[in-house]
Amino acid sequence: MVELALPKNSRITGGKSWPKPAGATETREFRVYRWNPDDGKNPSVDTYHVDINDCGPMVLDGLIWIKNHIDPTLTFRRSCREGVCGSCAMNIDGQNTLACTKSMHDVGAGGAVKVNPLPHQPVVKDLVPDLTNFYAQYASIEPWLKTTTPTPQKEWKQSHEDREKLDGLYECILCACCSTSCPSYWWNSDRFLGPAALLQATRWVTDSRDEATGERLDNLEDPFRLYRCHTIMNCAKACPKGLNPSKAIAELKLKMVERQI
Amino acid sequence: MSGPSSLRTPLARVRALGSSHSGTRDFWRQRLTAVAMVLLIVPVIAVVLTLVGSNQAGAKQLLGYLPIAIILLLFIVASTWHMRIGMQIVIEDYVHGEKTKLALVIANNFFCIAVALASIYAILKLSSGV
Repeated sequence: MVELALPKNSRITGGKSWPKPAGATETREFRVYRWNPDDGKNPSVDTYHVDINDCGPMVLDGLIWIKNHIDPTLTFRRSCREGVCGSCAMNIDGQNTLACTKSMHDVGAGGAVKVNPLPHQPVVKDLVPDLTNFYAQYASIEPWLKTTTPTPQKEWKQSHEDREKLDGLYECILCACCSTSCPSYWWNSDRFLGPAALLQATRWVTDSRDEATGERLDNLEDPFRLYRCHTIMNCAKACPKGLNPSKAIAELKLKMVERQI
Repeated sequence: MSGPSSLRTPLARVRALGSSHSGTRDFWRQRLTAVAMVLLIVPVIAVVLTLVGSNQAGAKQLLGYLPIAIILLLFIVASTWHMRIGMQIVIEDYVHGEKTKLALVIANNFFCIAVALASIYAILKLSSGV
């Protein structure tokens, strides 16, 4: 059955409140999820105060400031800090998004900025989720061009119109904000592929150069892999790139019906 | 199913037993019955309102009119079919124990078929004037 409460060892207990930085005139409170696999303790939420006059405007800037100035043990993933790599996906103020493109002034209505790891994934440490299953699901849709016709000497050609059909699909950075915001994915992530993998599947099913469309649809046609999507649309709301996985999944379902009727 | 502690690779766990190549038929039928119910709900409500305060003889007279009996029969078929698919989706979403899930899916099928047959029998009985 669905578990509505967290397992005992995952429940949040207490947390440390770090002193305000000395000499700071304007600070912003950050409440950050902490969990260390090595100390055997339950997760906690630590409170930090960031000197906003000494720090960039984004939530990621705040986290980096905390790591540099207050607590070097705070662990999170980040790389490009401009919304391209998808590494710093986390739950900020109840919404999955990228810490690097979310301004700390747009969240928390002046109160604390609440930062948690992506929901419903195993936690490696602090804000780092274990996305092994998520990446395996991406691999399972075989995200590469599949052809039987011998490869042309120069390139596989595609018309401008066909290329346009990939807009809104190819931009996905696999940050996992969408899949981990989806209740269907929370309850059935072992069998439901989730919005990100299905959006990527649509990207390859839509690609005019691909010769394995039917085979791809065969692989997806399953009550759990595809049809767990009930168009809840949390995915579209969460996507930091403004994509609409719900619409992509609807296109897949339409193609499934189209080839039967 | 292998749990996360299994030594199978993540890809093997995701691929699991493979695609069942099904689900589209139920997806299509759920939408088909939904559209049917949208079309049928107004006449069905009108029939029910007409029957309010009526006795069995009055019901027999109204349902003896073929188009009305057909509308009610179509509504029963569409709604119980829709109910069966909808409930099965809820069970698949929320019940994870394979045995419990199987038992509930069976119970859901039996219940929906029983409701459908009982309702169809009642309509036919009234409309045939027996």
